[in-house]
Amino acid sequence: MNFQLTKEQEFVRKMVREFAVNEVEPLAADIDKEHRFPVETVEKMAKYGLLGVPFPTQYGGAGGDHISYAITVEELSRVCASTGVICSAHTSLCCWPIFNWGNEEQKMKYLPDLLSGKKLGAFGLTEPNAGTDASGQQTRAELVGDKWILNGAKVFITNGGYADVFVVMAMTDKKKGNHGISAFIVEKGDVGFSIGKTEDKMGICASSTTELIFQNCEIPADRLLGQVGDGFKVAMSTLDGGRIGIASQALGIAQGAFDVTVEYMNARKQFGKKLSQFQALQFQMADLKTKIEAARLLIYRAADMKDKHMNYGEAAAMAKLFAAETAMEVTTKCVQYHGGYGYTKDYPVERMMRDAKITEIYEGTSEVQRMVIAGKTFKK
Amino acid sequence: MAFKIIVCAKQVPDTNVIKINPATGTLIRDGVPSILNHDDNNALEEALKIKDKYEDVTVTVVSMGPPQAADMLFECIAKGADEGILVSDRAVGGSDTWATSNTLEAAIRKWEKLNGPADLIFAGRQAIDGDTAQVGPQIAEKLDLPQVTYVEEFEISDDLKEITVKRQLEDGYELIGIKTPCMLTAIKELNEPRYMSMAGIFGKKDIKVWNAADIEVDLNKVGLLASPTNVYRSFTPAPKAPGQKVAGDTENEQAKNLLVQLKGKHII
Repeated sequence: MNFQLTKEQEFVRKMVREFAVNEVEPLAADIDKEHRFPVETVEKMAKYGLLGVPFPTQYGGAGGDHISYAITVEELSRVCASTGVICSAHTSLCCWPIFNWGNEEQKMKYLPDLLSGKKLGAFGLTEPNAGTDASGQQTRAELVGDKWILNGAKVFITNGGYADVFVVMAMTDKKKGNHGISAFIVEKGDVGFSIGKTEDKMGICASSTTELIFQNCEIPADRLLGQVGDGFKVAMSTLDGGRIGIASQALGIAQGAFDVTVEYMNARKQFGKKLSQFQALQFQMADLKTKIEAARLLIYRAADMKDKHMNYGEAAAMAKLFAAETAMEVTTKCVQYHGGYGYTKDYPVERMMRDAKITEIYEGTSEVQRMVIAGKTFKK
Repeated sequence: MAFKIIVCAKQVPDTNVIKINPATGTLIRDGVPSILNHDDNNALEEALKIKDKYEDVTVTVVSMGPPQAADMLFECIAKGADEGILVSDRAVGGSDTWATSNTLEAAIRKWEKLNGPADLIFAGRQAIDGDTAQVGPQIAEKLDLPQVTYVEEFEISDDLKEITVKRQLEDGYELIGIKTPCMLTAIKELNEPRYMSMAGIFGKKDIKVWNAADIEVDLNKVGLLASPTNVYRSFTPAPKAPGQKVAGDTENEQAKNLLVQLKGKHII
């Protein structure tokens, strides 16, 4: 067992911390207020290789590992959770399934542009009537001649409005239930494919969350990802990895809120003392710090297991469950310790609390994570 | 033939967080993060810009320091340098600027023996821990190279032979033409240093650690005992009192208020 980061992982943190503080943090409040997707930040992330961290260099990746990827999302989210999820959804939910399930032609066609950040990725599973119960897919795909024809709609798609490549699940054989779902690669500009409404959300307001609409959308036969009927497996394996990304986002939000609160408590005086000198508050902060560190260890362990090709689904569920609930608790309390100021948009904790909530919902709600963990515990 | 650039860089304590022990007058280094010296970062950036623009350019970063200074070379390579050379030996420890430039001169001569003459040597103006601004110029003298210090703008001809630099002065600048090989020291106005890249962080790292014997340096010219200068005393300068803003809606009113205050304090 080894709890030390490697030199590379430490330098990833140093690099992304510098990048985040200089390039991301100055925009965070504004893009949240304006609900503006930070295209310029995505370009900068691309330039420095932040959009292809855990993939081999032969496909244009950085040749890094999943702990480094987790650190990347964590450090971005420490200052801006919207920017963190742009990186996470792109990497975990689009690049990874193509890397893992794609054939060599598909990998060579899509990964170099995605990993270099020339193109942005997204993932479409959720539908209006198929959220946690993903098996209720109503989007259909039919093979007509040498083309797949897709019909249906997806909702809540992260990066939707700005992505170029989408990994999309659709039902190819309704009778087979989960085994009747297949995965496809859809490109922006495909005939019959359009972006629907953009959601107006409570938090991660700078992230683009949209509908995807397929109306007789025609794609070539070679866009099938994996085999016919593999879709559910593609989706579930993708979400296992995505949970490491979202757990890292939650961790970053919690750490960011904690850090600004420490700073605030060292400056703010009441009753002739700094807030940081009140033992009641010290103890609360000690508890939060401990939970943040516990979340970090769960996440890095899950990421390490993924790198070692171990079965990491339960570890990722635990990491995501704990990190998300920690983020919610930490941000709620940090708003409280800021008092009235914490409730205003003059301080970042207000945004962080709104951003934290989504981590308990997407990429599997906290309830789904408990189902995964309980499922492993009471295995039939 | 490759155009070979050497960048002299130093790992320094981050002076933003450093404090001086008032009892001993020495720097408290415990728990202080070490960083790539700021001006050296600008020197490296200018070298990397040449490498970005022209083919067959190599950038070698040379440093003297304790073994952990290899981390700084790691960072330089992660930004795009080809290799790092660290001269690390107790024999060179405690060197002042004269002994340091002797060490770096020997290291560069050794490197040139192995790789051929360097075409351009960059250094930062000065290190934030010592602030002497002497090591760069001394290296240039000892290597018998023409030098320009305080470089704030840099341009090189496409044949990589003619350089035009803007040299910062207190009250203006000089525009100087200089031929390669030469040595330049950079200031922060020169450029905006890049971040490390992910591919750089995970890529191959060519970091060589050389000792005093490797660089064939005369041991009488390096280290604490050979240093003609030593630190007499360090102190934290007393912070200046904050300035005072003179109120007034118009310039006339402000001038009047200033006059009242100065008279009130019997200054005039």
